Amino acid sequence: MGKAFGAVLIIITVVSTAVFFFHDFGGMSLWLPVDASEHGHGVDHQLMETMYGSGFLFVLSQILLGLFVWQASDRPQGWKYRIFPGGAKPMVISAILLVGIEILTLSFVGSKVWAGIYFTSAKPGALPIDVQAGQFAFYFRYAGVDGKFGALHPDKIDEGSGNFFGLDPRNDEAARDDIVVATMVIPVNREILLTLHSKDVIHSFYVRELRLQQDIVPGLMIPLHFTATKTGRYEIVCTQLCGLGHYQMKAYLEVKTQEEFDKWLKDQEAAQ
Amino acid sequence: MSEAAHQHGEPTGFIRKYIFSVDHKVIGLQYIGLGIVAVVIGMILSWLMRLHLGWSTLAIPGLEKLSPTGAPANVMTPEYYLSLMTMHGTLMVFFVLTNVPFAGFGNYFLPIQVGAPDMAFPRMNMMSFWVTFTAFLVLIAAFFVPGGPPLSGWTAYAPLSAVGESSGPGEGLGQTLWGLSIAIFCVAQLLGALNFIATTLDLRTKGMSLARMPFSTWAWFITSVIGLLAFAVLLPACILLVLDRVAGTSFFVPGGLVINDRMQPHTGGSPLLWQHLFWFFGHPEVYIAILPAIGIVSHILPAFLRKPLLGPRVLIGCLAAIGFLSYMVWGHHMFVSGMNPFSAILFSVPTLVITIPATIATLLWIGSVYGARIRFSCASLFCLGFISVFISGGISGFFLAQPSIDTYLHATYFVVAHFHFVMGVAAIFAMFAGIYFWLPKMVGRMMNETLGKIHFWLTFVGVYCIFMPMHYLGLAGNVRRYAAFTDDFLAPLVPVHQFITIAALITGAAQFIFLYNLVWSRFRGPKATENPWQATSLEWSTTSPPPFDNFGGRQLVVHQEPYLYGVEGSAGDYVMQTSPETVEAH
Amino acid sequence: MKIRHLCPLLLVLLVSSGLASVPVPPPAGGTVTGKITYTGTPPKMKPIDMSKEPNCAKEHAASPVLTENVVSGPGNTLEWAVVYVSAGDQGSTPGTQTLKFDQKGCQYIPHVLVMQVDQPFQIVNSDPHLHNIHPLPKINPEWNKSQPPGTPPLTEKYDKPEFISVKCNVHPWMHGWFIVLNTSHYAVSGSDGSFTLKGLAPGKYTLTAWQEQFGTQAQDVTLASGETKNITFTFKALPY
Repeated sequence: MGKAFGAVLIIITVVSTAVFFFHDFGGMSLWLPVDASEHGHGVDHQLMETMYGSGFLFVLSQILLGLFVWQASDRPQGWKYRIFPGGAKPMVISAILLVGIEILTLSFVGSKVWAGIYFTSAKPGALPIDVQAGQFAFYFRYAGVDGKFGALHPDKIDEGSGNFFGLDPRNDEAARDDIVVATMVIPVNREILLTLHSKDVIHSFYVRELRLQQDIVPGLMIPLHFTATKTGRYEIVCTQLCGLGHYQMKAYLEVKTQEEFDKWLKDQEAAQ
Repeated sequence: MSEAAHQHGEPTGFIRKYIFSVDHKVIGLQYIGLGIVAVVIGMILSWLMRLHLGWSTLAIPGLEKLSPTGAPANVMTPEYYLSLMTMHGTLMVFFVLTNVPFAGFGNYFLPIQVGAPDMAFPRMNMMSFWVTFTAFLVLIAAFFVPGGPPLSGWTAYAPLSAVGESSGPGEGLGQTLWGLSIAIFCVAQLLGALNFIATTLDLRTKGMSLARMPFSTWAWFITSVIGLLAFAVLLPACILLVLDRVAGTSFFVPGGLVINDRMQPHTGGSPLLWQHLFWFFGHPEVYIAILPAIGIVSHILPAFLRKPLLGPRVLIGCLAAIGFLSYMVWGHHMFVSGMNPFSAILFSVPTLVITIPATIATLLWIGSVYGARIRFSCASLFCLGFISVFISGGISGFFLAQPSIDTYLHATYFVVAHFHFVMGVAAIFAMFAGIYFWLPKMVGRMMNETLGKIHFWLTFVGVYCIFMPMHYLGLAGNVRRYAAFTDDFLAPLVPVHQFITIAALITGAAQFIFLYNLVWSRFRGPKATENPWQATSLEWSTTSPPPFDNFGGRQLVVHQEPYLYGVEGSAGDYVMQTSPETVEAH
Repeated sequence: MKIRHLCPLLLVLLVSSGLASVPVPPPAGGTVTGKITYTGTPPKMKPIDMSKEPNCAKEHAASPVLTENVVSGPGNTLEWAVVYVSAGDQGSTPGTQTLKFDQKGCQYIPHVLVMQVDQPFQIVNSDPHLHNIHPLPKINPEWNKSQPPGTPPLTEKYDKPEFISVKCNVHPWMHGWFIVLNTSHYAVSGSDGSFTLKGLAPGKYTLTAWQEQFGTQAQDVTLASGETKNITFTFKALPY
């Protein structure tokens, strides 16, 4: 029984770890997608460091457990038990040293990555985009020709007529040229400053390729800035349970070259 | 005090003996029984969910009968999926993971392990169970009310859970019942925790110093202290949530919300307040589930290793440290919630620090296995399995404790894998170990070891097949709490979900072997002796099952440390705690 | 009661029910025809951005769907206005025919569904993805149901007259109306803004025209037997 346990445990450990090395299965990848953001490599690096450190601990402890159980299986009747060399002390010391050093490094480096994303504010030239989440769609607003966002009036929200943000163009000139779209289009290599807000319940803004996730909390305007570094079409999905349509709450993110973006913006301005 | 608490004689009527009983043993069995009912429901719910995740357009025969609106033409709607998920989480966390290892086994064995005839407050103890049972009925009622069962998850984030029916199906009466049920549950837990603490501190028999208490007793004691503080926060939070729903208050709902084109009447509340209150309870709750499990495993393991664990004092210190730290880390559930990003660091560091006592405990177990001649039984296999899944679940905590990584992995299946391993599967393994180990004591019959071993192997391999792939799904960004995977990047991952579903069906089916074994052994199992495992603690110094006052009028005197295995004693290779003989150190 | 007493009763019931099912030829009623128009500048019909739902975006790629809160036609006419007898109704036939409300290409077809109280209607999902149907009544009971693709139609009815806005939360641009009336004399204006009310018995009526953005207007009309009258409802439109 002990040998079986040890063997099964070692097989489980090997198979679990193998996916770490071979995670592409035809059209299906069980790994992080391409990183398309400036800060993303920091996140990825941190994740890999943690992967190596904790992966080592995982393999070591599972294999030791499996090994000890294996050994324990065919000992003779009347066996005098042995104590682990040194008793509890090496356990405590190695746990404090191994794990302590690992968590010290992780929190030190990790905090820098986190700080790089959240403790800094966007540079002055960043492109502002207003993001509104609601059951169950995202809408994006660009300031338009005048560079000013119209004020929000929640009581004026009327989705049937396309007034998703609650703008008041009749009385508010700044709102008249605001561009409202359902796909977020941004230029590559330019900093973007999002202002996230929700009109009903908590939603979340998650783009895998940007390594970004931020809850969108009603009552709060949450700033989030990033720079996309690869053109392409990505999905923005909601990751905070928001009701029956949660799983269908998404929008596309299109990262275009500056020229393509300028052309797109001109077309949108003309359509207003 | 112990006499005062136990003045009442043994009741004779069926109702006072088995239903409204003040006997902690009956109450313990009632908790375990309720837990088994809850876990069966919860597991069937997870089957339905898994089927839907694997094959989202699948018609599940009979589902329409269960809920005509939730599954028209037997195809599950997304709101019904979310309701099942909510009920699964709530049932499992509250009525299984809290009820069985803590309230169930704790009630049965804490008084016996300290040599007391009953709990300190037997009537309050009876009340705790029946209040818990009421909470259970209220929660189950939420399945059948108009508007459907609640769907905002076991975390019930406001405002979704607070604004009422306008925010969609499942947010009507069902959600109110959810809030009430949890509030009632908190009351029961508070009463139970007080009782445990008083019993541990006041009713220990002669010679039972704190240092001579078994690990399980220590774990139940520390858990009671955690529970006392944690449930005392969740109770008012649930009351406030229910008030927001029915009395028009705005504790958790900000002003200016527009739901379905309609302005909401609320003003000035904070959705983050609910999260802070909930997680201030919610994180310690993880330890309310896992500390008793750790205690049970540490208690059972030495009896089968036939040697004491390494560093028993260190292990108890680790439990206490985990309990203490559990109050400083709730914010790690909220890294991306919109709270101040500076506080993320503040919550991240103690979260990582918790891994130190957890790692020490794990290494102590592994080191204790070294050099032993293990008696392989179902109980010991589940203990060894526990160590393995506890490692697997704990390791992923390193990732989620760091805000910079959590910003990618938060709300993905990586998290699902993490907490299912470390909190769900680990605690359930400890419960299985506890039942295989203690059932002879509780009902006086041995369980069938062959069936038990089949059950162990299917479960052990099964849970790895279910939860290990979820880590990789999480790394691929697979979002949790989705009723179906229709997004472009999620659709290719569906085959993995189908694999997990099949594994879950098989593993779930294996649990019926256990149930069969349980029922069969209860009536047909071979009679158990007083001490079938040759174990040392006080529960093995009385008959199986113990008499009404636990020791038949004797007052036990404790002479020994709790785990004297592998020493020459009059009974064999072990010395009972009650044995007055002199023992030489190994 | 003995059997022989029962038989004549059954006979009477049988005959009367047979009679009831024979359609009564409508009396030579009057007719009101007309147009719904506006003055001023109406809001622009904006193209709807359906990019969130690629199925629908693809379906309408060639000609994007426009918002339908104000649908204006040539000559300042308005489509999707409802004209109905709001006072003076001299007898309506109950609505028994089951109406159909389709969800197709992330649009409601028709945009405005007029029904009578207690008239059944079916909600159909013709799209390959989920919709939820969420009518927002204030008087009738509110419900919100999702309809996964391939599930059978939902059959519903309302028992009180009301103008009910309908939306799909999964596709927030989807917007329609359930107009529940207690008269069978109603019409919905067509793409040229015209409407026709037929079969009105002689008498004095109040006709009300309703348009979702501009509200209601009422006019009194007196009809002689077989008379046809032409009236126009004119709404005032503002650009935003």
